[in-house]
Amino acid sequence: MSTEEKKNSQISLDSETLSPSTEKEVSEIVREIYSKKLPIEITGTGTKKVFGYNLQTAKKLSLSQLSGIIDYQKEELYIKVKAGTPIEDIEKILEENNQELAFEPIDFGYMINGQTNKGTIGGYVACNFAGSRRFKVGSVRDHILGFKGVNGKGDIIKSGGTVVKNVTGYDLSKLISGSFGTLVVLTEITLKVSPKKQSQITVIVYSDEIKKISNLFDKILSSSNEVSAATFIPEEPAYKNYEHTKNKIFKFNDLDQEGSFLAFRIEGDRRSIDERLKELKIELDLSNFKSSILDVHQSVPFWKKVNNLELFSGTKNNILRAVMPPAKCETFSKFLNKNYKYYIDWCGSLFWIEVLDKDDEKINKIKNFILENSGYLTILKKSENFDFQDTLFTIDSTRLMISKKIKDSFDPKKIFNPGRMYREL
Amino acid sequence: MTELALPQIDRTTVSKKSLIVSQLKKFTNEENVLSENEEIKPYETDGLAAYKQTPLAVVLPENTKEVSEILKFCNEENIKVIPRGAGTGLSGGALPLQDAILLGLGKFNKILEIDFDNKCVVTQPGVTNLGITHAVQHKGYYYAPDPSSQLACSIGGNVAENSGGVHSLKYGTTTNNILGVEMVMMDGTITRIGGKTLDQEGYDLLGLVCGSEGLLGVITEVTVKILRKPQSVRAALIGFPTVEDGGNCVSDIISSGIVPAGMEMMDKALIDATDKFSKAGYPKDAEVLMIVELDGTKSEVDGLLNKVSEIAKQNNSNSMKLSNNEKERLAFWSGRKAAFPACGAMAPDYYCMDGSIPRGKLSLILKEINQLSKKYNLAVANAFHAGDGNLHPLIMFDGSDKEQLRKTEEFGAEILKACVKHGGALTGEHGVGIEKRELMCEAFNNDDIQQQLNIKKSLDEKNLLNPGKVYPILRKCAEEGRVHVHRGEEKFPDLPRF
Repeated sequence: MSTEEKKNSQISLDSETLSPSTEKEVSEIVREIYSKKLPIEITGTGTKKVFGYNLQTAKKLSLSQLSGIIDYQKEELYIKVKAGTPIEDIEKILEENNQELAFEPIDFGYMINGQTNKGTIGGYVACNFAGSRRFKVGSVRDHILGFKGVNGKGDIIKSGGTVVKNVTGYDLSKLISGSFGTLVVLTEITLKVSPKKQSQITVIVYSDEIKKISNLFDKILSSSNEVSAATFIPEEPAYKNYEHTKNKIFKFNDLDQEGSFLAFRIEGDRRSIDERLKELKIELDLSNFKSSILDVHQSVPFWKKVNNLELFSGTKNNILRAVMPPAKCETFSKFLNKNYKYYIDWCGSLFWIEVLDKDDEKINKIKNFILENSGYLTILKKSENFDFQDTLFTIDSTRLMISKKIKDSFDPKKIFNPGRMYREL
Repeated sequence: MTELALPQIDRTTVSKKSLIVSQLKKFTNEENVLSENEEIKPYETDGLAAYKQTPLAVVLPENTKEVSEILKFCNEENIKVIPRGAGTGLSGGALPLQDAILLGLGKFNKILEIDFDNKCVVTQPGVTNLGITHAVQHKGYYYAPDPSSQLACSIGGNVAENSGGVHSLKYGTTTNNILGVEMVMMDGTITRIGGKTLDQEGYDLLGLVCGSEGLLGVITEVTVKILRKPQSVRAALIGFPTVEDGGNCVSDIISSGIVPAGMEMMDKALIDATDKFSKAGYPKDAEVLMIVELDGTKSEVDGLLNKVSEIAKQNNSNSMKLSNNEKERLAFWSGRKAAFPACGAMAPDYYCMDGSIPRGKLSLILKEINQLSKKYNLAVANAFHAGDGNLHPLIMFDGSDKEQLRKTEEFGAEILKACVKHGGALTGEHGVGIEKRELMCEAFNNDDIQQQLNIKKSLDEKNLLNPGKVYPILRKCAEEGRVHVHRGEEKFPDLPRF
């Protein structure tokens, strides 16, 4: 290291929260904490802080000052931003240009404390939790074209770029997506953006028969009519301790029947929507069901509510996120039905489940059922008296061993979010 | 041919050949271990036929347990291993080494499960890409990624290379279309990543492995997503009087919100070459020719095709045909699909490049390529997957003239450097392999490469699995590489390459 580099690297670690405003500063801070072997919690605006194990680090590295759009090329369908950029800033500029992030960023603010609070793009990449369109367009990771970040030794590294076709070297954009800040401090992210569809409608199909619902999901998945979202919202269990929010949240003029319902969305230009609706009515035998249609003005807010977990708004209970093979939808729904407040997204694959406080035994039962049926579980939100002794994220021992090796190659002294995902990482 | 440096040959390993061969025969049927010269010669190269090395021996295991035992043995004995699928890769990723065992997955050729309920197929890695579609098409399904070699290339190789194809513009590449793999690590550990669910818990190891070019593990099983075939597919064949008009049309189509299933472009040199070769009847007055393919519901496709033709007219198109049936659509493609053999007929040798650039830079890069063509006095024809900015310039030369060969290599390297300079990538879909290895420093600095090497080291400590590929050996950024075809003797002459 040259004398000048040494001088530059004398970064103050005095304050509890370190808020670098440039990538170079991030690198210098990490070099310092690496040399001192100081574990650190990486945050954006803290909206996803409740996910994973609570960290007990003495210091925090906040990326909230590392914010701003670096380069937006509308015609090239990409936007390059600093990692601490609020997702709303990105959505706003895309909206002005009739574009969007196809993975439908979830607003976890409702579930966490009852109001909107989206956070930064870095947080979305770190979690890799995609919204309702997932089964059609891929997850957050499928929309990351490239990134820059700082590894656990303080080296600034990059992968990918701005073009969609790129197989130069390992695809680290995928690996860092969903790593919960345990591999790199993200500094710059390039996202693929998509043109917004001209219009949309939502078809509501009223039924509480699980067998029929999972059959409908299957037919939608098998259809070439490009349904872009499908959810099942069951009646809440009679059990008193669950707050009954369904009828209040999903209050729409054309959602006019009581009880459980399946909803699916068709997007595109008007003519195409009409044509596909006609075909889907036949494919799904909709004449055998009561159904209604939400127009674009109702359809857009409807999916925001589904996507943003508003059913669990402000809950004090545990929230579980389970992903199942689509064909297991029926068995798993039957297992949950009438016992838990839950709903299904991703056309039968994604289950959001609320489990009452102090009910760790039930979490265990759910977990075992999921693992026996080839799914996986993340305990996303923990209630106040949460005392579950098992891991929050499921994994098998071989993959955990491989993950430890990969963690070691990025962050050899385990200073980034230690134990956030798995105690061993 | 300029010689790329390969890892130093370990003479001790070579001297122990007979011992190693007899050991390998303990792990699998004896006839699965090939060691005589005439047996192993067919494995001396892959789709990058300019480079050849005979491996120490070839082993063709029949199941995962055998793969695991072989890798464990090689790891303990410090023997290098080169995994190989169908050997169709164009960047030399399966090039053998004299002191390495070539591990062929050819016997892993069965589809294990067709699961329509979960919309996926579980298959062994040696099954061909098209074999998967053939297995499910009776129910109206298909596997979306379609590399041009799909008739012969294996799905395991597709995972290793993250293969794309003409339709990746709309449907993504391999990484967006697989759900899980079973993989054996160099130390023999067997692991399953993903399964039949969307995404996976923990680190996205599937995303890491896909496109890792056989450096991190040997794939022994793949679960792929299958999609329902679109109801309607139509194409437009559009000619433009200038390169700029064509390039602008590509940008305008994409920015209007249309996502075609595929959007291909050919320059004048290639139009002429293919016309002579395949009599596709392409317009003579076009400087560039575009094929835009749209799929979806019937009225949607019809509507979008009209929009595309309007955008083309606004960009001064001077000829346009819209397909009205399958026969017409396939006729549009016939010339484009004959692009590579057509170049092979025009010159003794050609090099196929594979860079990618932002779409808006298409006409700019084409101009630069043409200037370079004059500078080096070598003919070039250009085929682009224009929709996603993936270029395949084909440089024509005579390999028997050493000076021409040297110039061709320089020319190719300059094209790839220009791609990177314009914000693109060294390789869009062929992979780095040995071909572009020494150009990696154009795209990455030392810290970037070191991080990738650290990952490699963490999973293959002794660097025994496919060594000498992807990462520069000397980090000197030399100017080497590209696909070299001599006198039309492509390694797989029957495979369409586009």
